[in-house]
Amino acid sequence: MNRGDNAFRGVDLDDVVTRAGGWLLLMFLCVSAAGFAADTGFAVHMMICAAAATIAAFYTLRQIGRAPEAVRPDRYYDDVIRWGVIATVFWGIAGFLVGILIASQLSWPIFNLGLEYTSFGRLRPLHTSAVIFAFGGNALIATSFYVVQRTCRARLFAPALARFVFWGYQLFIVLAATGYMMGITEAREYAEPEWYVDIWLTIVWVSYLVVFVGTIVKRSEPHIYVANWFYLGFIITVAMLHLVNNVSVPASWLGSKSYSAFSGVQDALTQWWYGHNAVGFFLTAGFLGMMYYFVPKQAERPIYSYRLSIVHFWSLIFLYIWAGPHHLHYTALPDWAQTLGMVFSVMLWMPSWGGMINGLMTLNGAWDKIRTDPIIRMMVFALAFYGMSTFEGPMMSVKSVNSLSHYTNWTIGHVHSGALGWNGMITFGAIYYMTPRLWARERLYSLRMVNWHFWCATLGIVLYASSMWVAGITQGLMWREYGEDGYLVYSFAEVVAALHPYYVIRTAGGLLYFAGAIFMVWNVWMTIAGKLRDEAPMTTAAFDPAKDRPVVPAALGATPLPLAAE
Amino acid sequence: MADNKRIDQATGTSTVGHEWDGIEELDTPMPRWWLYIFYACIVFAIGYCIAYPAWPLLTRGTPGVLGWTSKGQLEAELAADQKAKAATLAAIDRLPIEEIEKNPTLMHAAIDGGRAAFRINCSACHGSGAAGSKGYPNLNDDDWLWGGDIKSIQQTLLDGVRFPGDDNTRMSQMPAFGKDEILKADEVQDVVSYVRFISHQEAASPSAKRGSAIFANNCAVCHGPNGGGNRTVGAPNLTDKIWLYGGDRDTLTQTVTNARYGIMPAWGQKLDPVTLKMVAVYVHSLGGGEAIPAAAPATTVAAK
Repeated sequence: MNRGDNAFRGVDLDDVVTRAGGWLLLMFLCVSAAGFAADTGFAVHMMICAAAATIAAFYTLRQIGRAPEAVRPDRYYDDVIRWGVIATVFWGIAGFLVGILIASQLSWPIFNLGLEYTSFGRLRPLHTSAVIFAFGGNALIATSFYVVQRTCRARLFAPALARFVFWGYQLFIVLAATGYMMGITEAREYAEPEWYVDIWLTIVWVSYLVVFVGTIVKRSEPHIYVANWFYLGFIITVAMLHLVNNVSVPASWLGSKSYSAFSGVQDALTQWWYGHNAVGFFLTAGFLGMMYYFVPKQAERPIYSYRLSIVHFWSLIFLYIWAGPHHLHYTALPDWAQTLGMVFSVMLWMPSWGGMINGLMTLNGAWDKIRTDPIIRMMVFALAFYGMSTFEGPMMSVKSVNSLSHYTNWTIGHVHSGALGWNGMITFGAIYYMTPRLWARERLYSLRMVNWHFWCATLGIVLYASSMWVAGITQGLMWREYGEDGYLVYSFAEVVAALHPYYVIRTAGGLLYFAGAIFMVWNVWMTIAGKLRDEAPMTTAAFDPAKDRPVVPAALGATPLPLAAE
Repeated sequence: MADNKRIDQATGTSTVGHEWDGIEELDTPMPRWWLYIFYACIVFAIGYCIAYPAWPLLTRGTPGVLGWTSKGQLEAELAADQKAKAATLAAIDRLPIEEIEKNPTLMHAAIDGGRAAFRINCSACHGSGAAGSKGYPNLNDDDWLWGGDIKSIQQTLLDGVRFPGDDNTRMSQMPAFGKDEILKADEVQDVVSYVRFISHQEAASPSAKRGSAIFANNCAVCHGPNGGGNRTVGAPNLTDKIWLYGGDRDTLTQTVTNARYGIMPAWGQKLDPVTLKMVAVYVHSLGGGEAIPAAAPATTVAAK
């Protein structure tokens, strides 16, 4: 990547040809793998990889004869963040749409369309992965690159590697999504992709870690800001979870099927150690990193308590990792492990709330902005829902509560109050904050539209969460209802029938949430296009582009570039 | 860093002195309520770990001072349940099935137990309310394939219908008249016309008239000379408005051409005798239950 002196004369032809050759070799390997594939799904995936390698080779060769982009050490590297914002919006819409489709399938089974590819069982992991990993993952990668540069006052380390992280991650998403529809799955919740996709994600993720840590290492600030602790905790732990949970033996090196290295209850425990910490480190720690930057920036207020941030960070990191067994209450998992899963979840309550307190109380001295600034309103709402779901979680981990709530729609309501309320709203807030700054616009196309988004999303979440809470408790009570003679009163199908109205309300809630997201697409699109909506002004945080600059080391001009050049 | 400390105007609190991209941090102490609830949760966790099985040791976890186990709780609840039901179940077991209905208390208990077992085991095919669906008979009406008295129902449950692996299963097989070329395609249509005529769905026609003769030669042996059915071979009554697969021309053509071979499991292999008895009582109580015939099975009367 380091082009040395050639960077100043033009593109190094040898380098370009070598890299393009590498991509083409990879393409041939993929095509061969497709030719000898043990099953159709693997062949399709290898062809997708071959297409990706071809595109990479094409873009590498296009550099010939063009002047290389000037490296601006006095500017942050924002290209990959701009792509990330667009990808976040795109995958968000895709994920919400599939969510509405599967919610409709539960209300009206005809929406399964009678095809295996569009049946609920295949689309459900498509929805969860699209919203968690595609929407949430892109949001985390984009915001972490944005935040780490600005809070380190340093240009991103290894921008070329960062570009690889972005495109490699998109390839992972496409492979996962198409695999689900073709029925390729490890059947591990939130870790469904098969072994070769897991290996690819490992490569991408380690590159992500390198870019992130590299940027922290070359920081110009003496201390590492709290947002970066959370991002780093998220990146490292997700790497560890991903590696352990996906240990498996492929049935064929040219096939899409593999078998887990664990068996029985050990397998279940490994899966839920992973599954719960995917929530804990992906959807909690990562998004807290987001919160710790964008809330004080948008509120233009200092963080409420430095000490609280230290104590709640370390207690959250230490306690979360043990809480997984609460997904296996009253199963074959030994009682002692169930107990530990429960008590660690209960202890996790306050460490989780530390983030909410630090976020909400940061508004001390700026509470009026909830009335005037729709972006801060979104963030405050996200924190409120974060608080609610992190209270609900420990409560549901208590065994007596869990015996009612487990396997019911209450869990679905809980997850969505967190996902739609916390993850969704804080991401929307971050996107609205970053978009005008990344594209150097005066302000968003429309702040009023942010307000419309807020109300659609809020109503949608209220419908969604409340209908699923009622449905879940109804379901749990009906399942366990005994008649006077000691026999169960309801058959399974009768309980399903009783839930129908709630399923319909849930679908309506999802539609409202989606309608809000459509406003966001419009707003982001028009902002990028450089338009300003003619409207009565609303408040938003000030932005000084002159201050949005890395600290350039004084020696930079004198010695050869120590940075990995683009 | 300390030199960058300042007092924040809005809150009157000192900052820590760090600053990142304009973000400062206040030196606010941790909220006391937060800290105390955190401590309380830790104390609760320690107490819970002492009371219940918690820490893994070499071969097993610590048992906890309460001696509670999830297995033990399940066994205790099952034992309590069995104890509560024991007397009733024993009485149902003792009594011949036809006597149960004469005892209102036992009858009530048997219907409750039978309904619960039905909903778990039978509702997948017959529906939660036993209303059936295409290919699966409605058990609420008085139209029975293999007999609607309580003993016949019990027998059907015990050994199933056309169930492989049970020598006493109820057995019969309709020939695939079209597929096996016993009848030509137009003859199949004629016999369908006749069946639709005797079930009052179509007016008399030349086709039905031709079908009448075919019916007499091929179908009457099982379905009876008038199409009234025969319960000893599970041949349905063709003169009423109740259809297992459908009485329209297309469905009847399919039935005559390819025949049907509905199967029901022999539940005697899965359910204990008392539960099976209770299911029989429950099904018999649904509305169509018949009295046990005095002698030989009565010839079927056209229903409704």
